[in-house]
Amino acid sequence: MLSFLFRRLLATLPVLGVVAVLVFLMLRLTPGDPAAVLAGDQATTEQIAMIRANLGLDRSIPEQFVIWLGHLLQGDLGQSYYYKLPVTELIAQRLEPTLSLAVVTITLAVLIAVPLGVVAAWRFGGWLDRGVMAFSVMGFSVPVFVSAYLLIWLVSLKLGWLPVQGYKRLSEGLGPWLYHLTLPAITLSLIYIALIARVTRASVLETLGEDYIRTARAKGLPEVLVLRRHALANAAVPIITVIGIGVALLIGGVVVTESVYAIPGLGRLTVDAVLARDFPTVQGVILLFSFVYVLVNLLVDLSYVFFDPRIRY
Amino acid sequence: MSSSTPASGTESARPDFESLSVEAASVVTQRTAWQRVKANVSARIGGGVITLLVLISLLAPWLGTVDPSLFDPASRDLRPGEVGEITTLEGETLKHRFLMGSDSFGRDIHSRVIYGTQVSLIVGVATAVLALTLGVVLGLLSGYVRWLDGILMRVMDGLMAIPAILIAIALVAMWRGSLLTVVVAIAIPEIPRVTRLVRSLVLSIREEPYVEAAISLGTPTWKIMGRHILPNTVAPLVVQGTFICASGILTEAILSFLGVGLPPDIPTWGNVMAEGRAQFNQYPHNIFFPGIFLALTVLAVNILGDGLRDTLDPKMAKRG
Repeated sequence: MLSFLFRRLLATLPVLGVVAVLVFLMLRLTPGDPAAVLAGDQATTEQIAMIRANLGLDRSIPEQFVIWLGHLLQGDLGQSYYYKLPVTELIAQRLEPTLSLAVVTITLAVLIAVPLGVVAAWRFGGWLDRGVMAFSVMGFSVPVFVSAYLLIWLVSLKLGWLPVQGYKRLSEGLGPWLYHLTLPAITLSLIYIALIARVTRASVLETLGEDYIRTARAKGLPEVLVLRRHALANAAVPIITVIGIGVALLIGGVVVTESVYAIPGLGRLTVDAVLARDFPTVQGVILLFSFVYVLVNLLVDLSYVFFDPRIRY
Repeated sequence: MSSSTPASGTESARPDFESLSVEAASVVTQRTAWQRVKANVSARIGGGVITLLVLISLLAPWLGTVDPSLFDPASRDLRPGEVGEITTLEGETLKHRFLMGSDSFGRDIHSRVIYGTQVSLIVGVATAVLALTLGVVLGLLSGYVRWLDGILMRVMDGLMAIPAILIAIALVAMWRGSLLTVVVAIAIPEIPRVTRLVRSLVLSIREEPYVEAAISLGTPTWKIMGRHILPNTVAPLVVQGTFICASGILTEAILSFLGVGLPPDIPTWGNVMAEGRAQFNQYPHNIFFPGIFLALTVLAVNILGDGLRDTLDPKMAKRG
């Protein structure tokens, strides 16, 4: 197990390295001079040249990369052009709303999607199954911002149950926090539910055809236990995998959801930074999101041991 | 067709090898594939809706629309179905029924949504074509050139680790939004999946006996690629392309909605929705009409993709 952990960690290093190179090149090899952007419209050529020298932009691209990577490895993501703050500090400020949204969304999605998928597989071909499948196709196709506005219109404007926008920090109390987070989380979870329910259904459908299910039923085990202990337990690995893969979808959704609901998180920061052409912040946020994505999928790989004891590393 | 049936009559008992060529065989399979697609309910529904949308975008000028960039301060914030006036570029003032209402500039939402159909379809198809082309080239290279394989696959791994929407947002922002930059920015994160697909197909087809036979006959590599490898990738690529098209349409709308996509003067569904945000409380239709078109289009393309996958690519269908 330990040697596997080590090898698996080692295997993520090249991926992270490539991500770093890509993110660096993406923003450095594009037209437009960050120094000119930073200096503003009234700047003289000398001022722009000075800023460029200060930022190290007058060096060659490989040199810049080495310096940038050196800082990165020390946890220094540079200084935001726009907010005039270290990017790490900026990210730390915006972390809580995004993390809250993600945690509530994933919890909600798993709690709804897994039972839905199991029941759909159990009632294969029935109206419930068709309903779940139709919902899953819809979930993929209705864009997050369309469902967001539909929900705002229905739940907030017509029914007045939940606030239209905004975010309350966890330190202001669990109630207000959840009250403001519920609608964004429901919005964001729709596509995730669609994804997980679909895979759960397919995976459980496969295990339901196994002999041990017939045995379990034959010995008179209640259907609920047959489904939970035998069908679902054996179908867990693909479900866990898709929850990990879905994190990429979730990150995309976070950017849009935070924009619609005016949540001051990392997604909103991404859009604001891009609009302000704040390169270091854009770089930092993309790196963080990619790092999290790789990490989550690493954890997913490791969790197989718990969900399927046959797997030994 | 007669050529592929066994030779009839008594004068020649030998099968006619010349006419039993690869072309004849592939024509037969293509027909049956097309017939299978036609018989598939999902493909029919999806294809039908898409045909309708294509017609809408082609017939846009005749569907009760005006120039989508026209605005009239006297016709601001009209409700759907209200009649107002609109001034043409020539200075002529016309009575116009605003079927989907108007926005805060007095522009006709109906016209903008209908013309937006053109933009969305173009973006979707262009994204799919670009991603497939680059993916096929890289996939073939990766499958055939050993030393490139490792490098290319590591780059693709890295590219896949960055959430697609972030790549698109960052690229468009750096390049400034135009139709070309938006299409390229949306296509780039889709490339790794195509590359991997083509690479895995190449690696498995290369081992097939008929390819080995061709190699042993001294057939040049480019000919093997063109004759044996590429035709086998068509079905999975068509399926993949359909899904890329759907996600391309979706991503363009998201980019425009966030204000980092196509310039605001281009009528796209995302832009119309972005403009409707501020007044959503009073005039939700500014967001709902383009939203319905967007959702319906993406849904139709996805359903078509499901149908194509089930009929053209049964192996992939089983994988779920």
